[in-house]
This record gives sequence, C-alpha cells and structure tokens, in this order.
Amino acid sequence: MHKRVTFRHPLLPYLLVLPQLAITFVFFLWPASQALYYSVLRQDPFGLKTKFVGLQNFERLFSDPTYLNSFDVTIVFSLSVTLSGMALGLLFAVMADRVVKGAATYKTLLIWPYAVAPAVAGVLWWFLFNPTIGILAYALRSLGYDWNHAVSGTDALILVIVASTWKQVSYNFLFFLAGLQAIPKSLIEAAAIDGAGPARRFWTIVFPLLSPTTFFLLVVNMVYAFFETFGVVHATTSGGPGQATTILVYKVFNDGFIGLNLGSSAAQSVILMVIVISLTMIQFRFIERRVQY
Amino acid sequence: MAEICMRGVRKRYGDTQVIHGIDVEIADGEFIVIVGPSGCGKSTLLRMVAGLETITEGEISIGGRVVNQLEPKERDIAMVFQNYALYPHMSVFDNMAYGLKIARTPKDEIRARVEEAAKLLELGGLLERKPRQLSGGQRQRVAMGRAIVRKPAVFLFDEPLSNLDAKLRVQMRLEIKQLQRKLGTTSLYVTHDQIEAMTLADRLVVMNQGRAEQIDTPMAVYSDPATTFVAGFIGSPAMNFLAGTVEADGHGLFLGGDARISDKGSDLSGLAGRAVTLGVRPEHLLAVGESEAEIRLGVELVETLGADTLAHGRPVGAAGTPLGDAALGGEAPGLITVRLPGLAPVREGERLPLRMAEGELHLFDPDSGRRIADV
Amino acid sequence: MVENRPWMAWITHLVLLCGVLLVAFPLWVAFVASTHAGGDLLSGVTPLLPGDRLFENYRTVLGSGLSASGGVPVGLMMWNSLVMALSIAVGKIAISIISAYAIVYFRFPFRMLCFWLIFVTLMLPVEVRILPTFEVVSDLGMLNSYAGLSVPLIASATATFLFRQFFLTVPDELTEAARVDGAGPLRFFLDILLPLSRTNVAALFVILFIYGWVQYLWPLLVTTDESFYTIVMGIQRMVTVADAEPQWHLVMATAVLAMLPPVAVVVLMQGLFVKGLVETEK
Repeated sequence: MHKRVTFRHPLLPYLLVLPQLAITFVFFLWPASQALYYSVLRQDPFGLKTKFVGLQNFERLFSDPTYLNSFDVTIVFSLSVTLSGMALGLLFAVMADRVVKGAATYKTLLIWPYAVAPAVAGVLWWFLFNPTIGILAYALRSLGYDWNHAVSGTDALILVIVASTWKQVSYNFLFFLAGLQAIPKSLIEAAAIDGAGPARRFWTIVFPLLSPTTFFLLVVNMVYAFFETFGVVHATTSGGPGQATTILVYKVFNDGFIGLNLGSSAAQSVILMVIVISLTMIQFRFIERRVQY
Repeated sequence: MAEICMRGVRKRYGDTQVIHGIDVEIADGEFIVIVGPSGCGKSTLLRMVAGLETITEGEISIGGRVVNQLEPKERDIAMVFQNYALYPHMSVFDNMAYGLKIARTPKDEIRARVEEAAKLLELGGLLERKPRQLSGGQRQRVAMGRAIVRKPAVFLFDEPLSNLDAKLRVQMRLEIKQLQRKLGTTSLYVTHDQIEAMTLADRLVVMNQGRAEQIDTPMAVYSDPATTFVAGFIGSPAMNFLAGTVEADGHGLFLGGDARISDKGSDLSGLAGRAVTLGVRPEHLLAVGESEAEIRLGVELVETLGADTLAHGRPVGAAGTPLGDAALGGEAPGLITVRLPGLAPVREGERLPLRMAEGELHLFDPDSGRRIADV
Repeated sequence: MVENRPWMAWITHLVLLCGVLLVAFPLWVAFVASTHAGGDLLSGVTPLLPGDRLFENYRTVLGSGLSASGGVPVGLMMWNSLVMALSIAVGKIAISIISAYAIVYFRFPFRMLCFWLIFVTLMLPVEVRILPTFEVVSDLGMLNSYAGLSVPLIASATATFLFRQFFLTVPDELTEAARVDGAGPLRFFLDILLPLSRTNVAALFVILFIYGWVQYLWPLLVTTDESFYTIVMGIQRMVTVADAEPQWHLVMATAVLAMLPPVAVVVLMQGLFVKGLVETEK
C-alpha cells in the first residue's frame, strides 16, 4: 500500500493535488451538497420564494405514480440490459476462447461498439425499427407483428433495451474473454481426463471460476444501465410513449430542466446518489476482497 | 577519497530499535564489508550512510564532514543496488550520465567520463543499449559504471551480486575487488554471503541483531572469532560447538562420557572447573588411530566433495554409546561435521576416532557467547 | 486442448459470425442509408446495398449541415467533439498523474483525506448532480465554451487510482538511485516516473478520448450556442425535427461520422485500448 521511499517537501505535494481537489470541490462536492440542500426546499411556481419543507419532496415522490412507474421501468430496463448483455458477452467470449484460427479477428470485430456513443447507438436502432422505413420493423411486419414504438410502450422499451444492450455486449465480451483466458488450461484438461464433457466442464469448472468477473460485470452493467443510457432514451423515445421509457435518470433531467421543478429534481438526484453510492460500495468491497485472494 | 566515521549510530522505527549503537572508523581507501544474516540491520546501516534513512541517534561523518542532515547527493557517495536499479527507459550511456547531467557537468566531460568508465568495465559496445537488452552481468557492470563516473569519495554496495548465478557471482566478485584496488576508493559493501565477505574485505563488520559483533580483518575474524555467533557465521561448513567443562586441574577439557581433550599447552588454570562452549572448525578435527582419540564420531552421513570429504555425525563414547550424560545436563550433542582431506575412506555407521588440532580450539562463555580463551 | 469433435468447431464459428453480424448490422445499414438520396428513404424499406450519393451526402453534412436543425456544419461539430475529447483526456491524465504522484511519493498531513476526496468523485457521476453542476458552470460563465465542456469532467478517480497502482509497482530502488544521483522530486517525476508511465498514459488516453467523445448529457446542458454543439448531441437535434421525418440519409451520414473517430481509435490501438479498459477497472 505504501512506498518505503518518499520525498520530503513542505509545499509540493499540496500543489500537486490542488488541481484535482479544486475541480472535485467546485464541480462534484459543492453541487452534490447543493442537491442535498435543494432536496429539502420547495419553490413557489414563480420561483420567487423558497421554503424549508423537510422530507416532503421525498414523500411526494414516493406517492407519485409517475415516479413509481419510472422506478419500475428502470428496474425492468436495467435488468434486461444487464442480463442480456452479459449472456451474449459470455456466449461470444466462450466461443472466441475456443477458436484457434481467427480469434484476433473476431475480437476486433466484436469490440468496436464500445466506442459508439449510447445516443448514436439509440439513433441507429431507432432507424432500424422505424415503423415506416426501418428494415427490422418491415421484417417484423412480414412475420405478422405490427411494430410501432411511437405508439406501443412495450415496443419502445424493447427498442431502448436492444440499443443499450448492443453497445454493452462488447464490454462484457472483453472482460469475460480476459477472465476465460486467465483460467489455467491444466484445470480444464484435468476435468476432461476426469471424464467431464464440454458442457459439464463449462458449468462445473469454468463458470464458477469466472464468478469474480461475473459479479464485477453485474455491478458495472447496472451502473451503465442506470446512468449512462440517458443518451439512448433522450435521443430516441424521449421517455415516451406515455411514460413507458422514462428511466430515473431521464426523469431527473426532465423534471429539472424541462419541468423546472427544483425541489423534486434535487430529491430525485439524492435518491440516484444513494443508488450509485451503494453500487460503488458493493463494487469496492468486492475489489478489496479480490485483492486478498 | 575519504574516511568514514560512525559514532554511536542508532536507528529506531517507532518503538523498535534496529541498530543498537555502531562505532567504526574506516580509513581512506579501505574496503569494508558488513556481513550478517538477513534482518541484522546491515542494509539499514548502509542506507544511513547513503542518506536514504535518517539517523536516529549518533553521528556519521564522511571525509571529516558530519553528514547526518545532508541529502544523498550532497554526501559525495555513489551506490550500487541489489537489483541494479537501472533506469529502464534510458540507454546505458544515459544511465551512467544521469547523475552528472543533474550536477550540470559539461557535456564533453560527461562523454569522456562515461567512456572511460565503459572502457574500464568493458561496456564499450553497449552504450546505446537499453538495460533490458543486457545480460545480468552486464547490468551489474552498468550499475557499477554509474557509480564510478561520479568519482565519489565513497562507494556503497548493497548486496550487488545476490541476483547473479553462482558462476557469474565469482567472476564479478573478482572484478569488483580489482576495480576497487585500481580506483582506491573507500568502499562499504553489504552482503549476507560470508565467502563474498571473506574474499572482498580489508576488514569485516560482522553484524547480528543490530549490533557489531566483531570488526576485524577476515583472517582475524576467522581464526579468533569474538563470539559464538561470529564463529558460527563465518566459515563453511560452520564451526562445531560442544559443551564441556575445564578440568579441575586446568589441564584439558571434559566433554562427557569418555571424551576428553588433552592439555594442548595453554594454561587454563584460571578457568578450572568452569563450564564452557568449545568451538572447533571441521577442518581442525583430525582423523587419528583409536589410541590417540580424544573424541569419536558416530558417522551418520558422508558427503564426498572431491577435494575433501565431509563426515556428519554425533560424538560417541569408546563403546559406541552416544555422548551426553548427566554431567552436561543430559542434553545430547547436536550434529558435528568433520572435514577430511581428499577422498577419505570413511563410511556411514562407522566410528571415527578424532583428535583436535592444537591452537585451533576456541572456548566461549556458554551464557554470553563471548570468547574466553583459545586452546 | 485437443478437441475431437469437428462439428463443434463449425458451431463455434457460426455463433461468432452471428455475433459479428449482430454487431455490424446497424453500422452497415447506417452506412448504406448514408449513400442514398433523401427521397429513397422516405417510403418503402431501407435498401441493403449502397447507393451512389456517398460523396454528395458527406459533403453536405460536413460542409453545411442540415438546414432543418439550424445548419451547423457537422465538420464544426466534429471539431468541437475533438477539442472536448482531447481536453478531457489530456486534462484528466495531467491532473490525475500529479495527484497520484503526490499521494504515493509524499507523506504529508491530510494525505488520506485527499485520497478519499478523490475517491468520492467515483460516486457522483454527472447524472446525479445535473442541476446544481449546471448552475455552478453557469455562475462561472462557462456555458458555451470549451472550458465548460471539458473542465467539469476532468476530475477522475479512476485515472488517479490507475496511476497510483502503477506507481506502487515501480521499484523503490529506482527512486533511491535517482536520489543518490541527485534528482529532487520534480526531476525524478519528469526524468524517471513520467517516461516509465508512457504505456499507461497511452492506454488511458485511448479510454479517456472515447469517454470524452461519447459524452452526451453534459454538452446538452452547457451548450445552447450551436457553434459549440458536439457531434453526438448534434445528431439528436437532427432527428427531433418538428413535424417532419428526419432527413435520414444525412442523419445516418452524421452518425457514421460520429462513430468513425472513436471506433478507429479502438480498432487501430486495440492493444492499448484493452489494457486501458481492463486496468482502469481494477
């Protein structure tokens, strides 16, 4: 944890940490504390007067059906994105780990969507599913399903899930592949000699050994689905139709910036903070434990 | 060129004291080796001289100047590290030149000095290479070159050979010795390897648990060890220790059973009846006929080394029964080792009659471990 | 591992090819759409083979943009994205490497406090402090500026941790050798530590460049002046045109242009990218 050899200087270390601390204070800690502060205040509709209302903003939120609905949407959305993204990532990683020839090529062809902005990913799939000209909407229509995400909430939610998952598969793929390659080949060979077939080897040897990676990805994907997918929703469905794709992050933005409801938006921010802090703590504890192995 | 002087040097980390007061005067041009087992404080002492550790108490001076408060660069020293500590991103030339560049030495002079050092160390063709392209021995030479180019008053070596394989270690040991002779720079060398210590040193500092047990020339340390620790640490195979009692008349030693060391001519009358620890080196146990035997070895294991043969076993009585009776606290003696010249015809299970060489026996106080007398 | 069942190899390749197709399909369709005339995409189904309007379409978006969205040339938006991504990457690396250096190589009062304050930023992504951060930036007069786009995003715990982790693996002897050679803390940092960190800096740069390029919410908040739009948020302005179908051929051309730089970085610097990604998450 610590260096045996260190330098001595009365001023230099402070100067070196100063830029980072300054930015952290001005753009992170101060705004976060402001969010906490606003979350217990309420403004009158004209923005002239503010008063202290205690936890009322929170109480209102949790009795507000649209907010509760947004919670449900977020849970369905993030679980779908996380699970499908991880399942596909694992599948491709296992396959890529098996091939002898062309592994590098497959890897290159599978990882690039990481570099695509969520908003752009959203627009791509929005275009593919466009009810009038989208090729996937056309394909579904010829299968007898009348796709229209502008009208159907389910269709819209599937759209944003597909777009968000598509972008994240590459990330999961990379980490699963690294995890697989870290498993000693001798273990798998020993299992083979013990008479385990490929499927059995995977579920009894490989998958348990991958569990640290799996757990890590679970947390990272939840964070991704909760926060970074804002662009997917905002650039395509704008939370609609109705409230079908209004995930929590989108609602904070919408209530604060469009609806200008300061107190409510701040309270929502605080709730999101609690969520992200819990996820980070889980991840951090996990990292600590992994270090001890 | 400079002499080094340490007076009452102590080091504490919090409540734990690791150096308990070292006093040593090192003459200009002397090659001093600090030797001891790991954790004895030898590296810490060296690093205090280098200025890499603070001095808790006492005083270190280099060339008559107290350096306690000086930065390493102000002490006029150069250091060779155990893992060489070459800057991996710099060429051999830049590695050697770095200190000079910082000291704002003129460019021509840097080039001249580095090339001179490279010639001395036979690194001529390697100056543009990176450390990772060099072999272990070459890296070691670069590390020394880095020290040489500075023309320091003192060289400090921190186990510089311990990362090399055995053969290379012998070769580099010779090179270091020759180099130091040629340059005549005062050197302080830390090692845990007693052969390195014996071959390199003008004088040895044998350290144990933060104390200097003995400071003397290699031969003096070998032939007149001040304590059982020094006696056991220097020499390979290690010195044998046997518990014994000086005979009441002051002539000879009683080792239990029928094992008895005859009077070797030294006057032990002042120690009459006293319990002692007898130390004898394996080469000073001589195989003799049964009639001359002072002690007999029940041979348990024989190692044939070619030039000589090592026989390990426990002392036994004339009847073959193990030594170690009530007179000695009932403790059975440990394994002792005998070095026999050439391919000695000794077999396991045999009883080997031995006599101890005159003037080569050391008596130590069993409690303090300090030397009492030589026999 | 010896595999005695040849048909398994076929299935493996089949699955991987499906994966590649799944991943590449949207890109292909976007590219095809960007090579057709606008009229081809207003009715019927998107074609699957490229058209002949590649150069016209890209010249249009790069040079003059879309009239319906205010006509900001995509070239300018790409420039803004580039400035933002580069500023974020360079800024993050610069401030993290020096703060990690201070935390690892110095003992000073409040050192652990500094460490924890930096750690806290992990828990406060932009998304959870949208309004108040916007207010700070607005009060500082940084709206519609490159500084406003980049400075608030350059505090990064992950980069600091990465450098800290790396510094801890640098042998102490190197530091001591440098001290014996007469190097003070700044010289050691510039002459020894920085050159040793090259690969880490490069790997981190790749990751942070992508991070900066794909930013969406933040530019959306702090830019109202079109000349500061970045390309990722600019696309959104193009697709949400009032009462009209978006001009898909131009939108897709823009989307392709928005993906091109970061994807090129990932593909061309794959080694560094993978290293950066895996190590920042440790």
